Amino acid sequence: MSNMQPSKGSGKEQPGLRYPTNGKTIYHRPLNRTKTAELSGASFAYLFAEMVSYASKRIESIQDLEKRLNVQGHPIGLKLLDLLLYREPARSQTRPLNIIALLHFIKLNVWQHLFGAAADGLEKSSDPAKPDEYMIIDNEPLVNRYVSVPRDMSQLNCAAYVAGIIEGVCDGAAFPARVTAHSVGRQEDGGASGAPAEMWPGRTVFLVKFAPEVMEREGYLGKG
Amino acid sequence: MEKLRLGVLALIVINKAGGLIYNRTFGEGLNQLNTNDYLVLAGTFHGVHAITARLNPFKGQQYQQHTLSSTGETILSRPEPPSGLEVMESENFRLQCFNTLTGIKFLLFTDTMQANVDVAMRKVYDLYSDYVMKNPFYQLEMPVRCETFDRKLNSYIREINNSR
Repeated sequence: MSNMQPSKGSGKEQPGLRYPTNGKTIYHRPLNRTKTAELSGASFAYLFAEMVSYASKRIESIQDLEKRLNVQGHPIGLKLLDLLLYREPARSQTRPLNIIALLHFIKLNVWQHLFGAAADGLEKSSDPAKPDEYMIIDNEPLVNRYVSVPRDMSQLNCAAYVAGIIEGVCDGAAFPARVTAHSVGRQEDGGASGAPAEMWPGRTVFLVKFAPEVMEREGYLGKG
Repeated sequence: MEKLRLGVLALIVINKAGGLIYNRTFGEGLNQLNTNDYLVLAGTFHGVHAITARLNPFKGQQYQQHTLSSTGETILSRPEPPSGLEVMESENFRLQCFNTLTGIKFLLFTDTMQANVDVAMRKVYDLYSDYVMKNPFYQLEMPVRCETFDRKLNSYIREINNSR
């Protein structure tokens, strides 16, 4: 990518960046070229543990801590949206245009890229008073694999970091939203879809609440 | 006659200062100690372990074992540090001690016939380094209160106890 050439030198070539003949740039594959292109889980776990303890310095409340983790994830989501769309084949490179397409993109593409598997569920809030709320469900979030939350911080879910990434993706796609992470593994009824709670103690629901203007736009789109 | 207890009976973890940071028993019907007794047990074991690590009848010969005479040079390499008490057996149980490089001691109490205690110990150490050391809320040298560690440890011990 570094050999940018002035276009007047060669008449035939297109102005601007030159592309490799196969059309693949460095953005099309991970920098890590090993076979699986995976990163070490242990080093991520240590890094994430440091991020959490950094974020928990001088906090006023649990919400404060979750907010900080959320803010750390947000820029990743913004950039990830661009990167993943760029890697799509040229025909489907447009950004998601409605809520369902966006959530599917998050559930499949974003999750596959970050965690190596699609999310375990995608649901719409069953409460008719809250049509703007959607839920993405992960039975065992990767970031929480080694985290045990102490009893006095029981509302905390460190997957707030992942919620921040989702929020970044939504914001980047022009669907402003608030995303929060909630643990449902310990509830008696086993969470939203009735899966056994015993099996997934770390089950987490990412609650995506879209801004009113998004819902308004979605309403117009539905009519047209 | 009381039913014989089999398998892994208890785990105790002692930090490098001799403080008890984790204790758990597996299986019902075991005599329980109170917390104070556990603390005393951990402290006492720590002391005994330190003494046994100093007991060494071959102190003078340690360096000679590592001397190469073939080339005429004498290469002094540092001898393995003495490991101290590793196994203690009694009529009713077997105690295996594993001392990590950072000075944390894992004591695994099993029945005398239990095989592959080394493997079990290794796995317990694995679980500890995963679910305790990678937990952002764990403070070094402090008592271990990690729910995921408890859960994984219980399921692993149940698995090996049921397989006999």
